[in-house]
Amino acid sequence: MNMKLTLKIWRQSKPDKKDAKGNFTPGGGKMETYALNEVSPDMSFLEMLDVLNEKLVKEDKEPVAFDHDCREGICGMCSMYINGQPHGPDRGITTCQLHMRSFKDGDTIYIEPWRAKAFPVIKDLMVDRSAFDRIIQAGGYVSVNTGVNVDANEIPIGKGIADKAFDAATCIGCGACVAACKNASAMLFVAAKVSQLALLPQGKPERKARVEKMVAQMDEEGFGACTNTGACSAECPKGISLEHIARMNREYFGAKLTSERV
Amino acid sequence: MKLDSKVPEGPLADKWERHKFNLKLVNPANKRKYDVIVVGTGLAGASAAASLAELGYNVKAFCFQDSPRRAHSIAAQGGINAAKNYQNDGDSIFRLFYDTIKGGDYRAREANVYRLAQVSVNIIDQCVAQGVPFAREYGGLLDNRSFGGAQVSRTFYARGQTGQQLLLGAYSALSRQVATGKVQMFPRTEMLDVVLVDGKARGIVVRNLVTGQIESHSAHAVLLCTGGYGNAYFLSTNAMGSNVTAAWRAHKRGALFANPCYVQIHPTCIPVTGDHQSKLTLMSESLRNDGRVWVPKKVEDAEAIRKGQKRAEDINEDERDYFLERKYRSFGNLVPRDVASRNAKYVCDEGRGVAPTGLAVYLDFRDAIKRDGMKVIEAKYGNLFQMYEKITADNPYKTAMKIYPAVHYTMGGLWVDYNLMTNIPGLYALGEANFSDHGANRLGASALMQGLADGYFVIPYTLGDYLATLDYAKVPTDHEAFRATEEEVKKSVQDLLDVKGSKTVDEFHKDLGKLMWDYCGMSRNAEGLKLAKEKIQELRQEFKNNVKVLGTNDELNVTLEKACRVADFIELGELMIDDALMREESCGGHFREEYQTEDGEAKRDDDNFAFVANWEYKGENQAEVMHKEDLVFENVKLTQRSYK
Repeated sequence: MNMKLTLKIWRQSKPDKKDAKGNFTPGGGKMETYALNEVSPDMSFLEMLDVLNEKLVKEDKEPVAFDHDCREGICGMCSMYINGQPHGPDRGITTCQLHMRSFKDGDTIYIEPWRAKAFPVIKDLMVDRSAFDRIIQAGGYVSVNTGVNVDANEIPIGKGIADKAFDAATCIGCGACVAACKNASAMLFVAAKVSQLALLPQGKPERKARVEKMVAQMDEEGFGACTNTGACSAECPKGISLEHIARMNREYFGAKLTSERV
Repeated sequence: MKLDSKVPEGPLADKWERHKFNLKLVNPANKRKYDVIVVGTGLAGASAAASLAELGYNVKAFCFQDSPRRAHSIAAQGGINAAKNYQNDGDSIFRLFYDTIKGGDYRAREANVYRLAQVSVNIIDQCVAQGVPFAREYGGLLDNRSFGGAQVSRTFYARGQTGQQLLLGAYSALSRQVATGKVQMFPRTEMLDVVLVDGKARGIVVRNLVTGQIESHSAHAVLLCTGGYGNAYFLSTNAMGSNVTAAWRAHKRGALFANPCYVQIHPTCIPVTGDHQSKLTLMSESLRNDGRVWVPKKVEDAEAIRKGQKRAEDINEDERDYFLERKYRSFGNLVPRDVASRNAKYVCDEGRGVAPTGLAVYLDFRDAIKRDGMKVIEAKYGNLFQMYEKITADNPYKTAMKIYPAVHYTMGGLWVDYNLMTNIPGLYALGEANFSDHGANRLGASALMQGLADGYFVIPYTLGDYLATLDYAKVPTDHEAFRATEEEVKKSVQDLLDVKGSKTVDEFHKDLGKLMWDYCGMSRNAEGLKLAKEKIQELRQEFKNNVKVLGTNDELNVTLEKACRVADFIELGELMIDDALMREESCGGHFREEYQTEDGEAKRDDDNFAFVANWEYKGENQAEVMHKEDLVFENVKLTQRSYK
């Protein structure tokens, strides 16, 4: 049974501006209303937007710009609020995996870009998440050059620790955690990387400097503070646990008390 | 044109070692005088950019996504092969080499494949050192699993997200170099042409996807790590943005395109549901370790299933045809991808398909769950089962999955020599973008291996050999060659905007995809290919006269981006058809119906077709000219590939 939907979509032609001092100027935009008939419940949410865009192009209207790429929930590119929830009503998935069978005939759906000062809107539903890249650049790595000649099995790692590190490493960098947080905090994103590398022996040598540098970069990008409401973890498509934030806090205090940045 | 593959002399096992010694070196203090452009930041691109920057070169890296971490390598699920022999089950470098050559149906270059097997072991060491969380045993050592086309367990994995973890490893190495300033990163930027100065690649012209600005970047060498061209079929497991534009524009500047008809159709994808479908989702090959592939023996049962009157569970054991286990006793469900796909097509052609469209077979975990318990299966495949359920609303713990083959990977690509350089000096192609290691069919878990081998362990050695022959002097981007190329790019973009036709870019892309799938897909024949050639020429003409692209160049214009890519896919599609028509044999993913054995297996013609077909662009509306590179096999005996 095909459905009829009313879509309310954020349209913004001019980008938000953020200067070096962190001053933020919104580009301005507004919600537009579109009617869409013939939506199949088997369509993914983004395929539904494809159908809308084809219709708009045929009517000589500008299609809605949105980020998307792999469409299988792993690249982290798709990023939108659906009825106020990052990645929509379903748990544990990204927008591209959300299917229209989660909606009913006659529904009105509100679609907006991530809202956070650190993620300025570029156009319509597209935002600039390069702040995440800069946080990783600040220290989200193990400093080894290509060509280490240590056999992989010379670094044994217990299965429990390896699995825990893996849970953190599944972060796709989509930004839903920031979008879900009332303070637009990036704690879960940063914690996932800090926690992964703090758990693993490979990450130990740079452990203290890493957490200090990544947290400093996070603050500089204008993300808000964490008040442990847990909205980030609830909305995280990969279900990354708050326990990683706890571990990062522990790492951070430890690093500050016994800093090796001498 | 004479093609020199530059394969070194000497015994197979010594070639790479000897070659590395003979390669010219660039003094550490002089490396900073050379600039290198890397296009694409998947496994090949990110690993190359990071490794070259570590060595001291100045790197500029480009990707069309908003961050290098999103390149489509991220979506690889199953694993990465390496000849570590940790399982004590008889693996060796030679066995990995042999399996890969055989798996590619003897259409790859021996020396390249052997090198790939050699460096495979270093890749695992490197990734573990970076903190990539591979799956482990309780004792803390690395775990392995089996993949198609091999009888040893040599696949390293990170649940069903191996590509993600490896890419994040390479991305972290890249990020570290961005922080040092050795890599300058250009996200949301698409390469639209390569710039040649005195016959050498000296830069690229790109479009900034946010502002639309067309700009030039100069360097001493250009590395294309831009992936494959599976999206020529519209529906594929590739990301929506994956495209052939960089490779195709390089081809139009003189780079030879090798074996374009070699396309991998992956057997385990979620079946198509309707016309709205925008892409297909892969279910990892690793599922075939425990899942059993079957269809009902009787057409009537299949019909009842298609009408929704019966479900998989309603079909008794003796009414099921486990056709892969039946036909291929020793490899069973783990036959290589081309064989599994073709057999799925056969049973569906017989009317035994199990989806409403008639195009699906079962992949059933009932017996594995009974044998190992739900917990074990969940630990191995949990995320894949969850993904399947989200997309289809079926629970694979309770009922059999439905799967059907889909376009997944392209073995063809730009021709490269042993150093990964194309026939244009200074222009390199790495990873899926080149043709070199997988012959006519790629084995599972070998794409990640090749991407990282090229980026971490081959290009850092071979690039220096070329750069050492160059002056330090840079070519300024106001050089005549840059200006002329920029003008051509601007004109081609404006031409698309000026058509102002009535058919959308997506409509053209879907037409192209259907045409390619019907005539140049899982099986091909001369008659169909000839018809397809006529149709694709018409489609190309229609695109030129009637494509509808709104807006201007000077803005973020998604339709324009797509139009540029589809224009190139249409041109490439014609070359794929030419290549498929020329190759009068069946091998790997290229199955010509006229050339098959009595029991329907691919029949090669080694006397006449043991060569790489390299196509040279001759200009608009001119037929391309083919140059052969003969494949010489000194270390393996060519036999009919048997998995029985």
